[in-house]
Amino acid sequence: MRSNMHLHGVDYAIIALYFAFVLGIGAALKRFMKTSLDFFESGRSLAAWITGLAFISANLGAQEVIGMAASGAKYGIMTSHFYWVGAIPAMIFVGVFMMPFYYGSRAHSVPEYLRLRFDEKTRALNAVSFAVMTLFSSGISMYVMGRLFQLLLGWDINVSIVVAAVVVLVYILLGGLTSSIYNEVLQFFLIVFGFLPLVFVGLLNAGGWTGLQARLSTVATDAGYAAGAWTQSWQHMGSPAANPMGVEWFGMAMGLGFVLSFGYWCTDFLVIQRAMAARSMNAARLTPLLAAIPKMFFPFLVILPGMIAIAILPKTAFVFNGATDYNMAMPLMLQKFYPPGLLGLGLTALVASFMSGMAGNVTAFNTVWTYDIYKPYLRHNGTDAHYMWMGRMATVFGTLASVATAYVAMQFGNIMDLLQLVFSFINAPLFATFLLGMFWARATANGAFWGLISGTLAASVHYLLTGVGAAGLSTFHAYPSDMAQNFWGAIWAWSACFVVTIVISLATTPRRSEELKGLVYSLTPRIRDGGQAWYKRPAVLAVVVGVLTILLNIYFW
Amino acid sequence: MQLDLRLPIGLMFGVLGLLLAGYGLLSDPAVYDVSLGINVNMWTGLGMLAFAAVMLGGAWLSSRKNT
Repeated sequence: MRSNMHLHGVDYAIIALYFAFVLGIGAALKRFMKTSLDFFESGRSLAAWITGLAFISANLGAQEVIGMAASGAKYGIMTSHFYWVGAIPAMIFVGVFMMPFYYGSRAHSVPEYLRLRFDEKTRALNAVSFAVMTLFSSGISMYVMGRLFQLLLGWDINVSIVVAAVVVLVYILLGGLTSSIYNEVLQFFLIVFGFLPLVFVGLLNAGGWTGLQARLSTVATDAGYAAGAWTQSWQHMGSPAANPMGVEWFGMAMGLGFVLSFGYWCTDFLVIQRAMAARSMNAARLTPLLAAIPKMFFPFLVILPGMIAIAILPKTAFVFNGATDYNMAMPLMLQKFYPPGLLGLGLTALVASFMSGMAGNVTAFNTVWTYDIYKPYLRHNGTDAHYMWMGRMATVFGTLASVATAYVAMQFGNIMDLLQLVFSFINAPLFATFLLGMFWARATANGAFWGLISGTLAASVHYLLTGVGAAGLSTFHAYPSDMAQNFWGAIWAWSACFVVTIVISLATTPRRSEELKGLVYSLTPRIRDGGQAWYKRPAVLAVVVGVLTILLNIYFW
Repeated sequence: MQLDLRLPIGLMFGVLGLLLAGYGLLSDPAVYDVSLGINVNMWTGLGMLAFAAVMLGGAWLSSRKNT
């Protein structure tokens, strides 16, 4: 970066205030942490609006804020597919149909649901891979944070990492999951207040939405696409060559909209844990549905700044050390439009999302470690106090492992890329297993286990056999972009898992129906929510959210 | 029994709002050239104060109801 951002006293004061409140909340929560239920599950006592905001904030790490703005600059409004196609439908589904089994089974975690529904080995596979992946994503997010602040502000990367790790460690040790959730809610509001003025001033500068459209049509035609390629989300998806993402509508709808999105929002314990901390079944079901309301408007907060950046800044502004880096879109916008004061607030919002992203991973890790690895395999008959102590130890270990990962990422960037690829192979088939597990009583444990393994294998084989562009490795098939390859790999993995699970299930002995009560849709009594006020009924909210999402898609068609 | 989250949220945005709005009032108008002449600090600060009032008011009402 040519010139570092300059912070003033007021900016540092805002950052310091945030740190003080984060630690203060942890300290204030300490006296509520009496049992392991309090520490790992917030005593299952939180209101739906709190778990709902935490549900989206836990996912909204700063990588997403930075990355979504980058994609906004790179792909335009099409990036909104990651929200309106790749999140909202899955959030509706998990709230209406799946939450009754997660919350109602009294499982402590998603892997534990797999044990109740299937068997020990399926749970172990899921728990171990989840635990490892969680630590890695936490570490990578730390590294990204350290590097960003080094680039922007000249802060020492070691200091950034250690300070963030210590603060996260302290507030989780003090307040457990509640601390993490409360800080995620705080982060949500910081992001809204920190970026809304940026969007407002940026849009004003670009001449409103129509002015922005006009400027972006030049960007699109310069890049060799139709004039509306940056401002119309669906019109250019007939063929991958017509849009900057290089993906066609079917790969988008099935790969992202179905397999990847449902695989993440419906099975990832990081987000499901937030809903499981809700105070009642209805609150747990409302969690993802309430979360969907702000989620559907997030594109305006995080994607629009990237679109404005590419529209009004010269292309050279994105060049760092000779390479174009769209990840700087959001920081460049902060630098261009924010005076001292709001600049501090914008950076605090970034710091907050980095830290709560880490905290979310660490709290999900300590729960899965304690309930799904330590308790079943290492010490079965401990006291409640012992498991709570183990949760705290796992928090310390998880934080240290994240720091170590951050340093590995710093030294060996390629290893991280490879690991993330392997993780995507592990995650891709998951939703097929949960879908069959929850809605097909005939699915058996061996079917689920081997289905998962086959799905991961299918994803790996697909990756090895296909390539991107002309430069494919061994090219049975060449995809037009990485994204297309990724989406189609997920579709293959899901299908392999789905088919293998069904075939093996039919060949093996099913469990007796009495054992599956509360775990499978057809064997569980329906929840009647007629007694609730209309706005507290999951079905009503689901319809409202669904209709609004469709309208947004149509408006930006 | 939990700590009412609206209290710390209200307090934090109250203090942040006072800080930003105060800074907005006292700062040299020239610093707002970058934000197209709009005193974004003051307006964001005022927005935060209104939000803090809603949060604290809600916490106060529900604590009165419970006692």
